Amino acid sequence: MTDTRATIHPFRARSFWAAFLLGIAVIAAIDEIVFHQLLQWHHFYDGETPAIGLLTDGLLHAGELAALVAGFFLVLDAHRRGEWSPPLAGAGFLTGLGFFQLWDGTINHKVLGLHQIRYDVDVLPYDIVWVSAAAVLLVAGLAWARQLGRREVTPG
Amino acid sequence: MTDAFAGRFVSPAEPHDHASLSGDWFMAAVLAAPFLFAAVAYLAAAVVQSRRGTPWPLSRCGLWLAGITVAACGFVGPLAEAAHGSFRAHTLAHVLVGMAAPVLLVAAAPVTLALRTLSVVPARRLARLLRGPLGRIFGNPFVALVLNLGGLWVLHTTPLYELSQRSALVHLAVMAHFLVAGFLFTASVVPVDPAPHRSPLGVRAGVLLAAIAAHGMLAKLLAASPPTGVGSGEALAGAQLMFYAGDAVDLVLLVALGAEWYRSEGRRMRRAAHPITVRGGAT
Repeated sequence: MTDTRATIHPFRARSFWAAFLLGIAVIAAIDEIVFHQLLQWHHFYDGETPAIGLLTDGLLHAGELAALVAGFFLVLDAHRRGEWSPPLAGAGFLTGLGFFQLWDGTINHKVLGLHQIRYDVDVLPYDIVWVSAAAVLLVAGLAWARQLGRREVTPG
Repeated sequence: MTDAFAGRFVSPAEPHDHASLSGDWFMAAVLAAPFLFAAVAYLAAAVVQSRRGTPWPLSRCGLWLAGITVAACGFVGPLAEAAHGSFRAHTLAHVLVGMAAPVLLVAAAPVTLALRTLSVVPARRLARLLRGPLGRIFGNPFVALVLNLGGLWVLHTTPLYELSQRSALVHLAVMAHFLVAGFLFTASVVPVDPAPHRSPLGVRAGVLLAAIAAHGMLAKLLAASPPTGVGSGEALAGAQLMFYAGDAVDLVLLVALGAEWYRSEGRRMRRAAHPITVRGGAT
């Protein structure tokens, strides 16, 4: 078999996508545990979400669970193939965190109106912090991946 | 202890005016009989196998007994009684009978054991049944999805739920439907026994995702508009139990599918690394 490790592009690397999926699952879990259950800022069901929102919510939830499991097996698979690279995985993980957070803050909260971050307060500052944190994570992940691609990193 | 357990699920405000099932010993014995029979038959087959020198794994026996026990909880005993009156207990019974028990029972590979143990003629009949049109229809994940989630939706969005709370017979039929539909769904998505009409992995994964989404959506709809006769606080508690306990079982199914992909990908890699030449000539 040819050794493709040294020349693989970050966006084609198994490590990147495995960790990307895990990033999505982890940020979704953090949202659920910290904001739904500990702070109780938003809830299981907020009494205002329309039916189409519930359907999308169900699909998202199924996707999160699947991302967790698929990411886990893709990590195992990359490892088995000798293609596991912690820096590539780190970049993918950050990208996944940022991607989902941005999706959640814009599409889920604003477009679909699934729920808001917090109720009975002015939600704008919360939205700004939420979305900019997402953008920082996403840009950091993508920049890291790009840098790794330029160096044509050898995983080890 | 059983009283305390049942007490947690029966709201004291709701009078229990229908005929109690397990209060009557005869009824309890009749309801427990099919489960006892299933447990004894499976263990007897396992003993036959070990006498023939092809021991059946003890772990599978454990899975079967656990599955039978969990399933029986919805039909007889304190939870079954509580489920016939409390929405939260009903939800727990749904997750146990319709989701957890089927996973355990399917993992015990009862059809494989039957095919090995039955004498030639009935074994052939069973194999023909699996290969035939019935096996094709009921082994199809889409059919199983409609039976499983469709049944759940009909139960909770029509007066059927209220009827099942008033009639012991309807309640039993609902539980039996949970068990059978749950078994067919689990067996079609994560086949352990021989499945001649097995769908491709991607199709099964898609059906599982649809089921998880529909289950989560139904749970939230129940919180939003409770079935007739269920208070909003009780509906929310039941819906959350349905949502999170359902997740736990769904996670097991997702891991089983992931493991199946991982193994098949491993076989593909090994074949690619050591190709077996088909048309003569050495590598």
